[in-house]
Amino acid sequence: MADLAAADLDAFRAETRAWLEANCPADMREPIRGDDDVCWGGRNCQFKSEGQRLWLERMGAKGWTVPEWPAAYGGGGLSREQAKVLAEEMRRIKARSPLSSFGIWMLGPALLKYGNEAQKLEHLPRIARGEIRWCQGYSEPGAGSDLASLRTSAEDKGDHYLVNGSKVWTSYADKADWIFCLVRTDAQAPKHLGISFLLFDMASEGVSTSPIKLISGSSPFCQTFFDNVQVPKANLMGQPGKGWDIAKYLLTHERDMIGGSDSTGGGQRDSVSNIAKRLIGLDAAILADTSLRTDIARHEINALAFSLTMERTLAEAKQGQGTGALSSMLKYYGTELNKERMQLLMSIRGSDGLTWEGEEKGDGDLARSWLRSRANSIEGGTSEVQLNIIAKRVLDLPGA
Amino acid sequence: MPLILTDDQIMIRDSADGFFKDEAPVSQHRSLRDSNNPIGFSRDVWARMAEMGFAGVLVPESHGGADMGHVAAGIIMEAMGKNLSAAPMLSTAVLGATALKQGTPEQQARYLPLIAQGAHLFALAADEAARHKPNHVATTATPSGNGFKLNGTKGFVLDGAAADTLIVAARTGGEVGDTAGITLFLVNPKSDGVTVDRRSMVDSRGAARVTLADVQVDGADVLGDVGNGFATLEKMLDAGRACLAAEMLGVSGTAFAMTVDYLKQREQFGSKIGSFQALQHRAAHLFCEVELARSATLKALQALDEGSDRAPMYVSLAKAKAGEVAILASNEGVQMHGGIGMTDEYDIGFFMKRARAAQETFGDAAFHSDRIARTLGY
Repeated sequence: MADLAAADLDAFRAETRAWLEANCPADMREPIRGDDDVCWGGRNCQFKSEGQRLWLERMGAKGWTVPEWPAAYGGGGLSREQAKVLAEEMRRIKARSPLSSFGIWMLGPALLKYGNEAQKLEHLPRIARGEIRWCQGYSEPGAGSDLASLRTSAEDKGDHYLVNGSKVWTSYADKADWIFCLVRTDAQAPKHLGISFLLFDMASEGVSTSPIKLISGSSPFCQTFFDNVQVPKANLMGQPGKGWDIAKYLLTHERDMIGGSDSTGGGQRDSVSNIAKRLIGLDAAILADTSLRTDIARHEINALAFSLTMERTLAEAKQGQGTGALSSMLKYYGTELNKERMQLLMSIRGSDGLTWEGEEKGDGDLARSWLRSRANSIEGGTSEVQLNIIAKRVLDLPGA
Repeated sequence: MPLILTDDQIMIRDSADGFFKDEAPVSQHRSLRDSNNPIGFSRDVWARMAEMGFAGVLVPESHGGADMGHVAAGIIMEAMGKNLSAAPMLSTAVLGATALKQGTPEQQARYLPLIAQGAHLFALAADEAARHKPNHVATTATPSGNGFKLNGTKGFVLDGAAADTLIVAARTGGEVGDTAGITLFLVNPKSDGVTVDRRSMVDSRGAARVTLADVQVDGADVLGDVGNGFATLEKMLDAGRACLAAEMLGVSGTAFAMTVDYLKQREQFGSKIGSFQALQHRAAHLFCEVELARSATLKALQALDEGSDRAPMYVSLAKAKAGEVAILASNEGVQMHGGIGMTDEYDIGFFMKRARAAQETFGDAAFHSDRIARTLGY
């Protein structure tokens, strides 16, 4: 049996390799150089090149933007082993990811678990093909770390909900087509129990967005306003008042994404020490700045131990030993490490790293990435909230 | 190899956890300390460890060992760390077995079965500087008759007072600081010219200062090749470091568990102190750190079992991380226990003492950070 499975996997690898060779456009095999090289899809997607458009179209048609989702919902229907082969083969030719998507990373897993059949059929294939771009309506001006105190209301009007309120830190709300949104459907219930999970079109009457300019100079986030927005009742996901369970499940995926990623846009990162070697140089085989060397080594020890911890927890999860609170650990530690990495890179560059705008392409990128990284330990639940969760769920400490 | 224990290894863990909890708990450590035991461990416990197959964990089956590998050795050491169990596991089962596996067929046939039986104890006499620096060997071995004459002084020889054989690193060539020119010798501590002074250490374990004055050894006592002993020494040290990382992981685990228990019991200001966020966050952070130390340690032990080229790097990663975490866990443990943590009557202080000694053994976090940086080319 095992041999047969191995043979099948080899055949799959050969097919995949041939298909990728034939279908991945040349410019989609080049490294991602900036934010605008990343394809987010959506109704108003401005493809940067014909290659980018073709790559999304071809991968979406095969369901390989979401290799492990069921084929009935627009996925590739691949086994975990096959998906691993696909990822390996894509890495082999340095193929870019065809689609970056909150629909894939966040909403999709929640829809698969909590959505009804009609919702799955309506939304999942469009997410897979990159036709609809989603944003997340969670935080509010008065509900940040204390997310469950949110006040955006959805009043039951018989055949529809009437939504009023506002959301903040809605990533790319001004570019998104649909929103998945936490709303209060029961003002009398205890705060965690009055929340429901709604999906609606950002083109609905009464929705408006206003970008927020950040310390990094960019505006990836918006404040989003809802003024008597009518949302069909069929767009409620899960049961009324059970939205908090979905929210928590989805946050777990979001934390894994933030904790395991970095703010440089994906791809292989150069190590801090390699960058230091290039920019500072060696003196008798030792980094020429010995104090910085100590800091870098300490950081790399933690970074290595952290990536081994990701590997170990993944292996444990496969055996069913994982827990939700591990995602809090990975989110907390991963984001703190990424901030430390960016600070070290700033130190390595010295005053050159302070450039905001210059003549060279890429001037100012480091300073912007450093500033962007500071949000890692705030978004998706602050580091302090993650520590609260570990104290409560793992350590079972009193009153947490 | 997935970074997770196999089913067999989980069984070894469960049996080691049970064994040390029953046979060598912290209370035994305390009574060994209180009775000022001259060797710092119980020979009865060591005999039972041999029966369990622990003494022969790295000895090939052909020589009567259990040959379970480094991951298993680390699992045993972690269980010892959890209970502060003292035994010549590191000095004999890990360092001795690793050294003798590099020996001649005659040396292997003579010593390896004895290690597995728990019938012969070894001690590594390598360090001369107070801060670990294995190439700093000034002890000399000069040709004399069919063999050599050894002269020099070794500090921090773990289990030196109990050992039946000392493994001595001495210089047959090169200058102090060179890795070339170091030769390993098997020395009977009862030989003329050998003085073994037991030192009482902060962690109540046995360490000795060994003085060698014109000690005559013959050619058959050379372990490995003359002048090329450093590679074997590094192999021994790396096996020892990875196992110390595992022991420190156990030390961290118990110190942390005791602390979390205390946070749930102790009341001040009318509340359990574990409800205070200032302490919750420190405990939660410590939880993460112990998890990182666990991953690094398992990787190092697996890399040794695989014979990977990157094993020395992973060993240093584990020793650095587990050492830093053990210090943090025991420091935080004492601090969060408050005044009672400073009392001799309470056990948490023992964990701080053992963490400190294990951290200093075979290179602390600073030593291993430097070694990693060199390995990575900076």
